[in-house]
Amino acid sequence: MSVSAETSSPAALAVAPQASPRKQERLKRGLRKLVRSKTGLIGAVLLLLIVGVALFAPWIAPHSPGKTNVSVKLLPPMWMSEGTAMYPLGTDNLGRDLLSRLVYGSRVSLIVGLCSVALSGLIGLVLGLLSGFYGGWIDHLIMRVVDAFLAIPTILFMLLIMSILGPGLGTLIFVIGITGWVSYARMVRSEVLSIRERDYVRSSRAVGARNLRILFVHILPNVFSSFIVISTLNVAGVIISEASLSFMGLGIQPPDVSWGGMLSEGRQYLATSWWVATFPGIAITITVLAIIFLGDWLRDTLDPKLK
Amino acid sequence: MGKYIYRTVLQIVPVLFIISLIVFILVHVTGDPVNLMLPDTATPEEREILTAALGLDQPLYIQYGLYMKNLLSGDFGTSFRYNESALPIVLERLPASFELAGAAMLIAVVLAVPLGILSAVKRNSLLDLILSSISVLGKAMPNFWVGIMLILLFSVSLGMLPVSGRGTLQHLVLPAITLGTGVSVEMMRLIRSSMLEILGQDYIRTARSKGLWETVVINKHALRNALIPVVTITALQLTNLVSGALVTETVFAWPGMGQLLVQAVYTHDMAIVQAAVFVIALMVIFVNLASDIVYGLLDPRIKYR
Repeated sequence: MSVSAETSSPAALAVAPQASPRKQERLKRGLRKLVRSKTGLIGAVLLLLIVGVALFAPWIAPHSPGKTNVSVKLLPPMWMSEGTAMYPLGTDNLGRDLLSRLVYGSRVSLIVGLCSVALSGLIGLVLGLLSGFYGGWIDHLIMRVVDAFLAIPTILFMLLIMSILGPGLGTLIFVIGITGWVSYARMVRSEVLSIRERDYVRSSRAVGARNLRILFVHILPNVFSSFIVISTLNVAGVIISEASLSFMGLGIQPPDVSWGGMLSEGRQYLATSWWVATFPGIAITITVLAIIFLGDWLRDTLDPKLK
Repeated sequence: MGKYIYRTVLQIVPVLFIISLIVFILVHVTGDPVNLMLPDTATPEEREILTAALGLDQPLYIQYGLYMKNLLSGDFGTSFRYNESALPIVLERLPASFELAGAAMLIAVVLAVPLGILSAVKRNSLLDLILSSISVLGKAMPNFWVGIMLILLFSVSLGMLPVSGRGTLQHLVLPAITLGTGVSVEMMRLIRSSMLEILGQDYIRTARSKGLWETVVINKHALRNALIPVVTITALQLTNLVSGALVTETVFAWPGMGQLLVQAVYTHDMAIVQAAVFVIALMVIFVNLASDIVYGLLDPRIKYR
């Protein structure tokens, strides 16, 4: 594993597998495929829309998400006989506008989705690299921890940490992030193990490249596409986890708005007001569906072998 | 065979050890166990007594030894909410959880195995397309929301089934369907792809080129070999089943371990949390172990590995 020659040489650059015109060509081909793959395109457009809604929530939402008005509580959606266009999707038990709450709730889903996946991606990347690159006892240790995480449902770890730290946005991101790294670590490790022995890495090492250079020039670019695909598909799972935890009262706490929390409130008014618990579920389903569509397209384009 | 079982059993020892270590680190290093185990109303004297009783004034490695000793004797401490030893409270909930999990798994297997095989055999047909669409949609819909929608339809609108609780068979229907269909979605996809893999094998091509009827090829050659992945896939769904059960039990107020655990997390009842986490983890590990052994029995190639 030690670097044999100390002198660095420009030849190391020459053997690096990178060509930017080829990358552009790949991007173009990918975009063309996106337009042709209907579900991929639907996913991309939907997701752009949802991100737009989350970003511009204050301008889109007709009311403030927390503004209560008991005189209009549990108003049905506008297309029903008692509904009004003032509250297009109706109101909840405190007279808050459901549409505005859905619009603001998208922020929580996306923030938790992105931040948790970034955290678990980072942990998995570092552990996978350490495990694959250095081998030996580090590899053994990390792989045993991976086994332990695979052996029992990660939600148990989540609940355990949650019971110690207490609920909230930060805790939620932390627990989902810290329990979701296993798939990344395994993927990165196996990529590293196969790339490490390839000819261009060997020759790069022979002309004196150090570990860090091999890591950044040869290994990371090769791991990148699998990484993006796994991350995208993980965001979908994380959004559902967030909604489940918030639904159980362990995630986002009021007055913050989350789709899972809205569902839990709506569950109590099922007998009289079906809309309170129905719309947040539709919002979650559409968001997750969009991400799955996009992720499947990314996988087919970037990394067909993952299928 | 004995050697195979022995080796499989040995493999779970490091896993159990690491899980116990993770829990120890989480509880003892990130949080103050005394704060976690006592309610907020505890007096300083009570805190001191508990600190000494837990050995928290000792160095960390002695604490770990003590923790392992308690763990091995099934002593997870006293629940301050129930004022009783934690483990029996958790074990009391076992029958309810088993009932729900068993019924859900039955529904999942009954749905997923035939449908998964059928969509592989009729690959790219209309049926395959419909089933794949349902499975993608099922993956996108949060399980607990499906449960709420079922309550809305069958309990609120039609008045056919009870909204929540446990007791009669009618109480079991909605939670079992919610959990079972949730698990079957992923299972169907896995069974479809492993069946497709089998259908692409050489011996299937040979059987077909011999001029055997398609039904014989499917029933005799493909299905028998599909049994092995079905066992593995079913065991793999256990993790989904457990996480699904936690939420489903909350939706339907089903008095199982999941509901107990979620409430304990909510009230910071650490003794119950730890006991429930360990009991669930142990069960999952042992079911996986059993499936590994069954797998070895079904496939004679495995034990010579």
